[in-house]
Formats: sequence, structure tokens, C-alpha cells
Amino acid sequence: MRGLRGMLLGLMVSVGAVAGAKAQTVEIEYWQYVFDARVKAMTELIKRFEAANPNIKVKQTTFPYADYQTKIAAAMPAGQGPDVVQLFYGWLDNFVGAKFIQPLPRDAFPPAMIEKEFYPIVSAMKRDGEYYALPTAVRSLALFYNKKLFQEAGLDPNKPPKTVDELLDFAKKTTKRDGAGNMLSAGITLDFPGQDYHWWRETLLRQNGGAPYSDDNKTVTYNSEAGAKSLNWYADLQRTHKVGQVGFMDEGQAAFRAGRAAMTIDGSFRLGAFGGIKAFEWGVAELPASADGKTANFASYWVNAITTKPTGPKLEAAKKFLAFVTTPEAMQLWLETVGELPARKEAAETEKNLNHPVYGPFLKALNYSHATVFVDELAQRQVSLDMINRVLLQNQDAKAALDEAAKAEQPILDRFYKK
Amino acid sequence: MNASSSRVDARSGAHLPSGLGMRQKQVLWAWSFLAVPVLFYAVVRFYPTLEAFWIATTNWNLLTKPSFIGLANFKRLMADPVFWQVFRNTALYLLLGTPISLLLAFTIAYHLDRVRFLHGLIRALYFLPFLTTAAAMAWVWRWFYQPVPIGLFNNLLAGLGIAQQPFLRSTTQSLPAVLAPAIWAGLGFQVVIFMAGLRAIPTTYYEAARIDGVSNGTILRRITLPLLKPTIVFLVVFSSIGFLRIFDQVYNMTSQTSSDPGGPLNATKPLVLMIYQTAFSSFDMGYAAAQTVVLFLVLLVVSLLQLRLLKDR
Repeated sequence: MRGLRGMLLGLMVSVGAVAGAKAQTVEIEYWQYVFDARVKAMTELIKRFEAANPNIKVKQTTFPYADYQTKIAAAMPAGQGPDVVQLFYGWLDNFVGAKFIQPLPRDAFPPAMIEKEFYPIVSAMKRDGEYYALPTAVRSLALFYNKKLFQEAGLDPNKPPKTVDELLDFAKKTTKRDGAGNMLSAGITLDFPGQDYHWWRETLLRQNGGAPYSDDNKTVTYNSEAGAKSLNWYADLQRTHKVGQVGFMDEGQAAFRAGRAAMTIDGSFRLGAFGGIKAFEWGVAELPASADGKTANFASYWVNAITTKPTGPKLEAAKKFLAFVTTPEAMQLWLETVGELPARKEAAETEKNLNHPVYGPFLKALNYSHATVFVDELAQRQVSLDMINRVLLQNQDAKAALDEAAKAEQPILDRFYKK
Repeated sequence: MNASSSRVDARSGAHLPSGLGMRQKQVLWAWSFLAVPVLFYAVVRFYPTLEAFWIATTNWNLLTKPSFIGLANFKRLMADPVFWQVFRNTALYLLLGTPISLLLAFTIAYHLDRVRFLHGLIRALYFLPFLTTAAAMAWVWRWFYQPVPIGLFNNLLAGLGIAQQPFLRSTTQSLPAVLAPAIWAGLGFQVVIFMAGLRAIPTTYYEAARIDGVSNGTILRRITLPLLKPTIVFLVVFSSIGFLRIFDQVYNMTSQTSSDPGGPLNATKPLVLMIYQTAFSSFDMGYAAAQTVVLFLVLLVVSLLQLRLLKDR
């Protein structure tokens, strides 16, 4: 008797649920941090997605960058928060460890498809054979140069430096000082807290034959001969050649924007800000290769993941939404709105994009880029900043600075990988 | 007169039907009025404080359940070189900031008290920085400290043919460079309080002193300063707490979009900034709570000590 009643009740509930789901629209929540161009791009994508899927509503919530991780960390254990979430690729392990996000369902996102169609750097999202997140767009580094300052120094404004030796030579020619030797305009910006610490670690270090970490990412390996050589080369830009100065105009990108730096190394995400420059024409070039032609670059990205919150119809809706924001169509829109590069090779390397004077150099770099695996991005960044500060402010020897940095960073890795 | 009539009231109060004395009734009423703020304080002040003591004994990354680890966080703190550097910085902010700002504020208030010409305007000018958002102010000063060609100070130095100074990009100059705007910003408040204290001293004392032909210096030492003691005690305690909790200026002057807050090489990092970073960058809540407990104890000891030393003996 009781069994029958229970069965009937169950049947009624499930019939009701199915009927309800059919009739009702599903609402899922999407979170990202505030960056005007990204919010604008996502708003447009949501509009298109809702038009194609009338029974799904996507609610976008945004937070200031500084509060973003804290908000997620506070909301998720309380059973609130997003169904689809955007996160920096360097945070992945923390999010997986906290069980905030689930592996991408294999039916909608087969690993073989991901490996075939996306850039290889996406493999940083793979843990134990499962992909946990996918980017819409990726970013790499390039050299921005001021054509007006090149011309003033007698350089061809359409021939950016191709090697690091040329870079140094051009920087020397474009640096301007007043009578007392104070810098008025830098040949190249030195901004380690900006993108220079990636440039040093993934480009200069590798060009000298080194590698930042062991292949399994568990051991620091930059405290090597190559490390010292590359760090000295970088520090000499200020110490010996005086073609740049840390803190000049406060930030590297500010100096370049103000027309007071001939060259700066920055990411594709800076295109929006530099797009507003009216006072001079600027160009983009691939990062200079080493004298013997070695190239390397750093790529990073923000990814979208499905949290552990949605189940049933909400999970289905979340899958559909994530699939939509990683279509080539969405990627092209993202490129044109935000300036970040499509994460699918096919969408990125169209004739039009590759020959684009601005996007082209960034896109070409994606084929030889490395995405560093961070376990605690901020703490690891701090180690690098302290290292360069000891070299430039306290005249510490490069090898000693690298050893000290390795000694500080290895425990961060150990603490993480022991878990 | 008054005293006897109140005694009558008190006696008549004893005959009220409730059976409570006037005094008890007053106490009862007082507490019922106080109940709301007391409850409020208990919930938003004391409870979180106690909670912080508990969190300090746990390992908690905000994502999982806290696990009890006893005093391990405090042991880690004692062995952390960054903590000792930060502790030293915080002490420097206190030991430089409080005396310098009080001395400046008193000197300004003492002379401003005598100025009649445009008195209100000058006072308002001193007070203005106190009203400004610390973040906005810190950014303006940050630009002042930049190298040539945009930095105000370095442009002045270069104009005079003196070598540029690194200011915020130096491990030795950055702390005073950060402290200067903090002192400047708090000055207006202290000046106003000092002036109120000065005005509260009865002019008859000064008149008497002048008739006796006492010098200005003696008047200052024998009359003004002793009578200002309550004001000084208040300001010392108040500004000490302020400098021990310094944060906005440091954070805004040393960080940027891609930041090195408290740098270079932790040279400017105060305790509150370390707590903030431990809690909200590394999500190491237990360790951050342990630092908070230390800060709480330091504030308590410093405040009690100052009250003790400066109170009338």
C-alpha cells in the first residue's frame, strides 16, 4: 500500500517536473569581472544565445576585479553563485580543489574535439584526462612601437626590431634625455609588474636555452645559467644601457600611451586602451627572436567553466551556453569587441586575421606560446617582483637573486602539489 | 537647595507601588535604552572579535570547512620574516607618524589661534585634506613622487640641479614617502581639536599671567600645555590607532593594476595590508586571523599604555 502510494507520488512529481520544465524557461546565472569591453561582448553574446534558445534565460552578474574571487569563494559554499563562471586559467587548480567546478561533460565537449580544434595551450585546463574549462579567447604578448619616435630617431617606422640585439640597438637610438641625464622618453619600458615578468620568464629565459619550470611544473628550474644570462640582459637595459627605467611615468603602458616610450611589451588586451591614441601612429610586431632565431611567447586566457551547482535542465542549459560562447562565431565577436584572440585555430587563423596588421603578430605567436601553470598566481608573481627589485634596487647578483627566488617559490609549489 | 530637593524625590520614589527604588528604576530605564546599542555592539563588534580568535586557531581557506590546528598559525607567524618586517614598518608608522603629526598640528593650531585675518579660510584649508578620499589623495601624491618628467618633486629637484630621488622606488625612502601624505591628511582634524582645546582654556589665566609679566614661553609651558592635557591624551591615542591601522595610503601609492602593494620588497607594508593580502589574495583565513589577533593585542597594549602614562597621576 505504502509502496504503491509512493510510486504514484513519485510518478506524479516526475510528470509534473517534466511538464514544468517544458513550459517553464530555465534561468542560469553567469558571472564575470567588470571590464567594459568584456561585459559588452558578453551582453551581445547572451542576446544572440537567448534568441536562438527562447526557453533559456541567462543572467549576467559582474563584480570589480579585486572582489571577484572573494565573491565566488563566499557564494559557492552557501549554495549560491553562478552556473557558468569565468575564471583566470591560473586559478583552475584552486577551483577544482574546492569542488567549485565540474569536468566538462564529455558528450558536449569531447576531449578529442578540444585537442583538435583549440590551440595547444588549452591543455593547461586538463586534469587527469578531463577538461574543466574552455576559453573564448586567448592573449599573447607582442611588441608595440611608436612610429613617430622611430622616425625622429632616423629609423624606418615600418621595420620593427626582429631580434633582441636589434631591440637594444633601436632602444638606444630612441631614448631621450635632458642635459642632466634625466630620462625624458624611454627606448623601451621596463615594467616587471606589467607583462615584463612574463616576457623574461617565457621568452628571454627560453631564448637563452632555459626553462622556467620542470615539465611536470612541480620544480623551479629558472635558477640556471640561462636564468642568470637572461635576467642580466633584462636588468642591463636599465643598469648599463639606460634605455629604460622602472617606474618611469608610473607604468609602462602609461608611458607608451603618453608618447614617452618608443617600445613597450604588452598583451593583446591592451589594444582597446592603445586604440584611443590620437597623437601618433603605432605598430605591433612579434616579440624579437634571439640572435640565433629562437622564438617564444607567453599566452594566457580567461576560461568559462560549469560550476558544481546546476543539475538537470539547468545543467543542460549551462552546457548549451558554454558551447555557444566557444563557437567560432562568438570568438570573432570577442576579437572585434575586446581585442582578444580566438581560442580555436580555425577561427583565429583566417586569411583576414593573419594579415591584420594588429592581430596578426599576436596570432602568429600563439603557435610558439607557453601558458605557465600557476598554483598561486599572486604569490608566484610576488616572488618575481621581489627578485627583480633586489637586482635593480639592491644590486644583488643575478644568480643569487634567482636562487633566492627559487627558494621562495619552491615551497609554494610543494605546498600545492603535496595536497 | 538642589541637593535637598532631590533627596525628597528619592524618598518619595521609595513609596511607588512597583516596590522599586528610584535608583533601581533609573538603572532599569537606562539599561532598557541601552539595550539596543548594546545588542548591536554585541552582534557586530564583540561576536566577530571572538570569532576572529577562534578562526586564528584553524586552517581555513574559505572554500572548505575550517580545521582546528591550535597555535600553529601563531608559530608560523613568529617564524615569518615578512611578518617581522611588517611589524617593524608598523612600528615606524606609529613612532614617526604620531609625534610628527601632533607637533605639527599643535604648532599650526597655536599660531592659527592668534591669526584673525582670514582665520576661517585658513582653518578650512587645513581641514580640507581630512575630508578628501584617502585613495584619491594617495594617487595625487603618487604622481608627485614620480621621476622626471611627470613627478612634481623630481621636477623641482631637477630644476635646481639636484639628482632625482627614487622615493617610492626605494627601500629606504618609500616608507617616509608614504607616511607624509598620511600625516598631511590627518592634520586638519588634529588642528581643529587642538584649537577647540586652546579655546577652552579660560582667558583669565592668561590675563593673570600677563599682569604678572610672565613670558610667552612660560605661559605655554606652565598654563597652555598642562591644561591641554585631556586634548593631547585624546589625540595621541586617536592618532596612534590611526597610524597602527594605516592602509589606504600604502595600498594606493604602491599598487597598480598589476601590483606590488606594500613594496618594493615589503618596505612599506603595514600589518593591516598583510592581513588583507593573506585573507583576500591567498585566502589563508586562519593565518590572517592570527595576524588580526596580534594587531588587536598591539592596539590594546599601546592604547592602555598611553592612557596610563598621560593620565593625571
